[in-house]
Amino acid sequence: MVGAADAAARRLGIQQGQPLAEAQAMHRDLTIIDADPAGDATGLRALAVWCQRYAPLTTADLPDAIRIDSTGADHLWGGEAAMLEDLRRRLSGVGLTVRLAMADTPGAAWALSHYGAAEPVTLCPAGGVAEALRVLPIASLRLPPETLAGLDRMGFARVGEVMDAKRAPLSRRFGATLLHQLDYALGTQFEPLAPQAAATLIRARLTFVEPLLTAEAFATVIDRLCLDVAKELERRGEGARRLDLVCERVDGTEQCIALGTARPVQPAAQLSRLLAERIETIDPGHGVEAMTLWVALAEPVTPEQIEAWSPQSGVAKSLGELAPLIDRLVARFGPRQVYRLAPVESDVPERAVKRIGPLAPPQGRGWPQSLPRPLRLLTPPQPVQAIALLPDQPPVAFTWRRQRYRIRRADGPERVFGEWWKRGGERALSRDYWAVEDEAGERFWLYRNGDGEDSETGNLAWFLHGLF
Amino acid sequence: MTRISENQQLSDLRAAISGLERLSGTKAAGEVLPFGVAPLDRHLPWGGLRLPGLHELADHGSGQPYAAAAGLMAAGILARLEGPVLWVTERPDLYAPALGNVGLSPDRVLYVTARRAVAAVMEEALRHGRFAGVVGEVRQIAPIAARRLQLAAEAAGMPAFLLHRPQKREPASGLAPIAALTRWRIARRPSGPAVPEAPHVAGLASALWQLDLIRCRGAEAASWIVEACDATGHLHLSALLADGSLAPATAQPYRRAG
Repeated sequence: MVGAADAAARRLGIQQGQPLAEAQAMHRDLTIIDADPAGDATGLRALAVWCQRYAPLTTADLPDAIRIDSTGADHLWGGEAAMLEDLRRRLSGVGLTVRLAMADTPGAAWALSHYGAAEPVTLCPAGGVAEALRVLPIASLRLPPETLAGLDRMGFARVGEVMDAKRAPLSRRFGATLLHQLDYALGTQFEPLAPQAAATLIRARLTFVEPLLTAEAFATVIDRLCLDVAKELERRGEGARRLDLVCERVDGTEQCIALGTARPVQPAAQLSRLLAERIETIDPGHGVEAMTLWVALAEPVTPEQIEAWSPQSGVAKSLGELAPLIDRLVARFGPRQVYRLAPVESDVPERAVKRIGPLAPPQGRGWPQSLPRPLRLLTPPQPVQAIALLPDQPPVAFTWRRQRYRIRRADGPERVFGEWWKRGGERALSRDYWAVEDEAGERFWLYRNGDGEDSETGNLAWFLHGLF
Repeated sequence: MTRISENQQLSDLRAAISGLERLSGTKAAGEVLPFGVAPLDRHLPWGGLRLPGLHELADHGSGQPYAAAAGLMAAGILARLEGPVLWVTERPDLYAPALGNVGLSPDRVLYVTARRAVAAVMEEALRHGRFAGVVGEVRQIAPIAARRLQLAAEAAGMPAFLLHRPQKREPASGLAPIAALTRWRIARRPSGPAVPEAPHVAGLASALWQLDLIRCRGAEAASWIVEACDATGHLHLSALLADGSLAPATAQPYRRAG
């Protein structure tokens, strides 16, 4: 069964409710995605929370709608039309196909968005609900299927016909639901809206009588804010992954300090130590008169999480214990400066290492042991002048930075081929690596472009790539 | 009689001083890591490297600011301990596969590029604990920062290694005197043939280091020639001297102005 079809599919004649086999028979190369009602519901709830940017009361109306009670909020957006237009623009910007309707009652808005004119945005003027609903099919009243079938048998097709009929016989025949739904839609009865729960971000705010200027004062305030936030995090069983500290200055400007953590962090002391790392980045200007700490992203705290990576390895556990320190270092130096290095299957030395996150699961693979590798790698490799016999003799001497090194012992060559499967230009290239020792015992890692025989493999230039 | 009491006083004073220097404290298991090189272990007052403390390592004689031998020595010591390692650098030019050559697995090492705050990060890591050890690469360090590192390392019971990376044109005499527990200087020596029985076969034997202990609490300066860390991080006493002759049975420590 086709649960939903996008605009392109509908143009091909695929319709909701059609058997899947039939749809596939019409067009062989349809993209078919299994329906995921639970996932849809989760997504819809998240979207309903996002809609709180427009008005405080929003709720997901499963399976396919979101209600926003915009009473008193639309003027902030320059009127209802502007607000709907902004909503439509943002949602279509992320690739969502939406139909928006605004009316005096949630029932009417639902009816218009589902069964109204095929416009992306429908605006029902105040007091015009009855007029607008009159022409819509009775399905727009959100009725159970058996009621719809019954109404259909009795010849009702439009909402207007139900509105004009006598209420008592309808109530006798179909029960209270039909009339309730009708009253909800028309607004003769108020339909409550259950707002999305637990949608609020955790936040703590302090305002000051005297503007603050000193780092000590900021530290004290941050401690207080963290205590409040931690209390709420603990109640929810969550830890902060992202924090925003907003400092409001006297002159009305704001500074936002954002930081992230490697794992959900809950204890107040840890939170305030993280923020303390950034105190010096606060620019108080003429003074800060209010500070707000937001938990922009929270995640449940699960102590078992760490062991789950790799139960047999103690390394993961001990790395997990380092998380508070890692968070502080990341807050101070930035996420790119705190890392682990992991092996990559590559013969090209500079590609044999990749950076991974400090708390990434243990890779379980060691460095290749058999090959000698220098502790320092020069990036980029430094050109040197070397004297060597072709094709496969180690250099006798080389000159680097105007200093000449006479080579006493050498190990090699280790031939490294270009990775043509990664970069087309390397198809023919190769390098010959030598580990060499000079007269004083210093060890260097040199390579020559090419195999020394075929000029296509390289230009025979020598480079110093590392120091042992 | 007076002579005996003087001796008594002297030994009391010695005990008091070493107590102050925290040298006579109970040698808990795991506090000392023997090098496994008999003359070295015999010379050090703890019978090996005392782990809680700051150890300064510097390359000598190469004139290059890479501290490659010093880094390998620190890595070799840490490879023989258990637990994660923090490696703090000013700039990231460390080629990690080399750590595999001395037995330090990639999953154990956490890197931080800390620009000018290397000492501060090291100290914070020491105070946080839970590391096998902390390595920092510095161009310079203020004596007071080094003193703080030494105290933090003592308190944490963890080793901290300071790799000295001299700036160009700077005399390679190591850092200004700082409060490290031990200071080592590593100079390269020409290694022997890869196959001693067949000197003409090409190849590289283990690198040879001249290991100078230039300062150590409770021991005199001394020097040894050792083979560089093997695949498990162990040093070995070199059987060969630079000219290829066999070393005397015991390397004689010699005095230096330390």
